[in-house]
Amino acid sequence: MRLDELTRGDFPILERVVNGRPLVYLDSGASSQKPRSVIEAMSRYYERSHANVHRSIHTLGEEATELYELARDRVQRFIGAARREEVVVTRGTTDGLGLVAETLGRTLRPGDELVVTELEHHSNLIPWQLVARDRGAVLKAVPVRADGTLDLDALDRLLGPKTRVVAFAHVSNVLGTINPVQAIVRRARAVGALTVVDGAQAAPHLRLDMSALECDFYVFSAHKMLGPTGIGVLYGRYDVLSRLEPGRGGSEMIKEVWIDRAQWNDLPWRYEPGTPPIAEAVGLTAAIEYLEKLGMDRVAQHEQMLAARAVRGLAALPGVRVFGPAAEQPRGAVVAFAVDGLHPHDVAALLDQDGIAVRAGHHCAQPLMRCLGVAGTTRASFSVFNSPNEVDQLVGAVGALHTKL
Amino acid sequence: MAAAAHALYSDAIRRRWRRPAHRGDLPGATATAEDVNPLCGDRVRFAVQVSDGTIAAARFTGDSCAICTASADVVAELAIGRATADAARLGTEDVLEVLQADVKPTRMRCLTLPISVLGMALAR
Repeated sequence: MRLDELTRGDFPILERVVNGRPLVYLDSGASSQKPRSVIEAMSRYYERSHANVHRSIHTLGEEATELYELARDRVQRFIGAARREEVVVTRGTTDGLGLVAETLGRTLRPGDELVVTELEHHSNLIPWQLVARDRGAVLKAVPVRADGTLDLDALDRLLGPKTRVVAFAHVSNVLGTINPVQAIVRRARAVGALTVVDGAQAAPHLRLDMSALECDFYVFSAHKMLGPTGIGVLYGRYDVLSRLEPGRGGSEMIKEVWIDRAQWNDLPWRYEPGTPPIAEAVGLTAAIEYLEKLGMDRVAQHEQMLAARAVRGLAALPGVRVFGPAAEQPRGAVVAFAVDGLHPHDVAALLDQDGIAVRAGHHCAQPLMRCLGVAGTTRASFSVFNSPNEVDQLVGAVGALHTKL
Repeated sequence: MAAAAHALYSDAIRRRWRRPAHRGDLPGATATAEDVNPLCGDRVRFAVQVSDGTIAAARFTGDSCAICTASADVVAELAIGRATADAARLGTEDVLEVLQADVKPTRMRCLTLPISVLGMALAR
């Protein structure tokens, strides 16, 4: 049985009719839909077990703490982290990248160098711009080649004794390029730099194994991987997390506090100030259990099949340009394209008239848009519940666009 | 479905998007302004020629969607011949009245960008 046939009935929202047509949801790259098990786990938590975690000495407090910490264990297993202390709960990818940038930012000196890439989402660019400006550090970017891959020869030229951090996406949110994480990490480590990987588009789609990727930090959100909004994960290598000063402060992250100083809490709580997203952690557990039941290898295979079908179908249409790797190359679950003479916003609005939901615009990657020579693109992205027939509907609708405007 | 698409993109929007009458450079402009829509990267540039407090000519250029292009065309048309103070008061209702379209909240910025850019040009 195909994955979409197996999962379709688990997603209540897919019963919706939009503009008189059954919803074709091709915007999971922005935020995925949620299976019933995630929605029900969160409702059940609020109806039966909610309390604050870690310091409420009563039954509900114990239950909530246990459920919250269970999410950490599930994440640890899901991403192949060596220790549970390496899993820090955040509010999402942007929050996690900001936390890493602020934490590492404190260690930077004037003239230190930070390396990003031209294909980064603004969330993995702006935090580095801010710390570079504050600390007098220099920000450099690895260029993207015409085939959508990173120019690793250029990376070698950018790396040097002053490089402190190399931050890059695992999977491009526009091109779908899957970057060679381990190869980049090894080059960065050779010059003594720490590595920060934006896994927002990879965690929903690929089997993750931190021990194989070898990076120092890996960041992702729950809401793109069938989980709730408002929670994400920052993985950090134990030895790195333990020697850094936390970038943000507040309750929960301390052991003992005086007016002029404090002693930090143990890992991972040292990096989790304030009351965490508890119900969202319960939802994340349910999302991971759902994905693990399907099997991440099967998830990746299904979504790659859909993406390749979309690339082939769209590229065959006259006047349509598809960005990123060729159909036969590995790619994430996103396909960005441009239609001659039509603005991406108009493409998305017209597709919506057919019940097809896609993303349009610069996808929070304006430097990459400049490299591609476009103001924006239209992007279809896929999840476990999407069918080959939905891809064909997209291709058919894009082919008919010129008759509609 | 055709009816719904029609409501989103009125005939006026289609006509003005295909052949905007006021698109292009304006040699002899007395003021220009440019801005982008942060949501989509749309860019609109307005050039006006003001003479004795009246807008003698107005033209726009830029990368923009159908709604934004049509709106800019209407804004230029409504501005020409008006006193600058009068043109600076042009609002979304004035543009919507000409376009006769049901513009959703998520696209309203596409419609308002040309209005604000004209305002910026007139303030210079």
